[in-house]
Amino acid sequence: MSIEIAHFALILAFALSAVQTVVPLVGAQKGWRGWMAVAGSAATLQFVLIGLAFLTLTMAFIRSDFSVELVYLNSHTAKPMIYKISGVWGNHEGSLLLWVLILTLFGAAAAWFGDGLPERLRARVLAVQGSIGFAFMAFMLFTSNPFARLDVPPLNGRDLNPLLQDPGLAFHPPFLYLGYVGLSMAFSFAVAALIEGRVDAAWGRWVRPWTLAAWVFLTIGIALGSWWAYYELGWGGFWFWDPVENASFMPWLIATALLHSAIVVEKREALKSWTILLAILAFAFSLLGTFIVRSGVLTSVHAFANDPERGVWILVIFIIFTGGSLTLYALRAGAMQAQGVFSTVSRESGLIVNNILLAVSAFVVFIGTIWPLVVELIFDRQLSVGPPFFDAAFTPFMVALAIALPFGSMLAWKRGSLNRVGKSLIGWAVLACAMAALAFALQSGRSALGPIGLALGVWVVGGALQDLWSRTGRKGLSDRLSRLSRLPRADWGKAVAHIGLGVTMFGCAGILAWQVEDIRVASPGESWDVGSYTFTLEDVRQVRGPNYQSTMADVAVARGSSEIGLMNPEKRFYPVAAMPTTEAAIINGVMRDIYIVVGDPQDNGGYAMRTYIKPFANWIWGGAILMSLGGFLSLSDRRMRVGAASPKTAVLEPAE
Amino acid sequence: MRRLALVLTFLASPLWAVEPGEILDDPVLESRAREVSQGLRCPVCQNETIDESNASLAGDLRVVLRERLVAGDTNEEAVEFLVARYGEFILLEPDKGGVNLILWGAAPVLFLLALFVGWRTTQRKSETHDLTDEEKAELDKLLSS
Repeated sequence: MSIEIAHFALILAFALSAVQTVVPLVGAQKGWRGWMAVAGSAATLQFVLIGLAFLTLTMAFIRSDFSVELVYLNSHTAKPMIYKISGVWGNHEGSLLLWVLILTLFGAAAAWFGDGLPERLRARVLAVQGSIGFAFMAFMLFTSNPFARLDVPPLNGRDLNPLLQDPGLAFHPPFLYLGYVGLSMAFSFAVAALIEGRVDAAWGRWVRPWTLAAWVFLTIGIALGSWWAYYELGWGGFWFWDPVENASFMPWLIATALLHSAIVVEKREALKSWTILLAILAFAFSLLGTFIVRSGVLTSVHAFANDPERGVWILVIFIIFTGGSLTLYALRAGAMQAQGVFSTVSRESGLIVNNILLAVSAFVVFIGTIWPLVVELIFDRQLSVGPPFFDAAFTPFMVALAIALPFGSMLAWKRGSLNRVGKSLIGWAVLACAMAALAFALQSGRSALGPIGLALGVWVVGGALQDLWSRTGRKGLSDRLSRLSRLPRADWGKAVAHIGLGVTMFGCAGILAWQVEDIRVASPGESWDVGSYTFTLEDVRQVRGPNYQSTMADVAVARGSSEIGLMNPEKRFYPVAAMPTTEAAIINGVMRDIYIVVGDPQDNGGYAMRTYIKPFANWIWGGAILMSLGGFLSLSDRRMRVGAASPKTAVLEPAE
Repeated sequence: MRRLALVLTFLASPLWAVEPGEILDDPVLESRAREVSQGLRCPVCQNETIDESNASLAGDLRVVLRERLVAGDTNEEAVEFLVARYGEFILLEPDKGGVNLILWGAAPVLFLLALFVGWRTTQRKSETHDLTDEEKAELDKLLSS
């Protein structure tokens, strides 16, 4: 298959997206059913076309077809197969194609699974989805064509950035995009509802699975990125508050809020206009993230396409979609009447507190990220906003969130009793405080962060367990256990996701508070102690990889007299890209990671060695896995699969 | 060829975040130096602290910082010394005065505002108001008849 056909498929899909935007919208306005029906087939066909284009580009990478400029710039014949494939999205043009592929996939999925939706709403949702596709395909065709050819194909390529040649990063972008772009569905539903002027419980039920799916993918994507940073960047940090990380974190925070407020819409028909606003903001932050990553307005370790012209395009797309939808919101939001009334102490209020804390913490991240830009533009002052700001300004809201979570999740709808919930949680509160006190006594004089994190973790996990247990009635143990196993998956999903949050919070606090570090020069044969472990540098060798040269150290690790293993930290050099990378050696464990990095040879024949003991590191990502697992569990609940209104609309719809 | 690659490895290999040779003998001073350097941004890097950066300028700054601390500067004086030379750009924690008040204060203010609006929402009365006395009387009549 030729790359020109792929280019043509992209152009066809672009034209189709214009049709998909205009025709169903007019159809829905005028009540023309044939016009509305165009949306479904256009969405499916678009996905097929973009899929074709994407497959063709992937084949060009697999075959190392260097007549394609993008392949030449980002690939090399000596590169392992998995990185030839991940090279497709390891660059600006290819990743945009992946972005559009996922966008059309969601559009097509809405067409396939949207039978339960009212005809007009479905047509409008797909039309809005089509308009997003139109904007991005235009951007691609006019500024970032991935299918450009070279007149004279070179003999070999220029290789992918070695930092990106890594399993964690190979799958990080697809998951992240599934999340970013998945939020476009929530956006499309919100805008469609605004055009319609109506939001009801059914709308809340329809928009939730899409948001949940996007949120799960976003969670996995962010966790993969953080895990990659941990083992690849060479000093074991897991979060740097870098603009590009923040760009993915803001939509995640807003999507988490949206997930919770949509429950209120579904169950109680309240918070409607707020939920719509969150749906718009979640996608707006996704677009903003795309702008930050690709425009280079903010310096970041991750930015990979710093091109002002492209930045302007994305800024225009961002302004049109965000500005347009917010204008529509301002005009129509007044029409969203809240039905449900609730008292100040209720599940609804609990979810409002959740929304406030998440939205404000997203705002902290937002203002910290763009502040340097604002100050430079207005006051011509160059300053930085880094981790110290975010740690100070963001953490309090997360602590508050963790404290409030068990209460909110157990309060009854409509009218709850703090007293009753408090009584059932008192045991966990005592346990949390006791463990914190114990940790504080044991650690002798280190920061209070560790004990606080431990207490919050125990409190949140315990609260989630208590919440599950409280749903099993009041009869005997065996009856309660059997009820526990029969609880809806949504209940389990909620508990597992909340437990995941507690685990992650504890992991972050643990690694930050209790890490041990050692930096020294070691000669082959030399031993040193870090924590309760003894390390011996046995040898340093030169090793040849498929497309790199490596300086590899053999370090034996022992605890007392028992051998733990041999670790092989490396310093690699990729000759094609002329770039060195560090490959840390890590022994993973539940209670701690042992983390070693080898550095430069020193004058005395030794090597610089960095050794870390990182306690509870894996709990950070373990918690993220639990969170996404909880999302999956909820997603697989019967209620989500059986559309609330599908029987009703099936009756209403006459046969075509 | 292999030897060439090896030579290149060493030529191109960057300096390291905190070299063993830079570390001060006094552990108290060294831990102060680490703490301060984690709050200072490397002026030539993308977005890294001088503590974690490989750039040679970051290495120089680490050394200068340690020299100041050894000379008896407090943490604040050492930071001021570096800011005077490289600008406030290197401060990862922006100061809390002037326009930066907006940066530090916006979120707490927004939080209080949001709490107020949220509280108002919970106070919202139902659209279906209570029956008036007349309506009640009429209802009683209907029910009793």
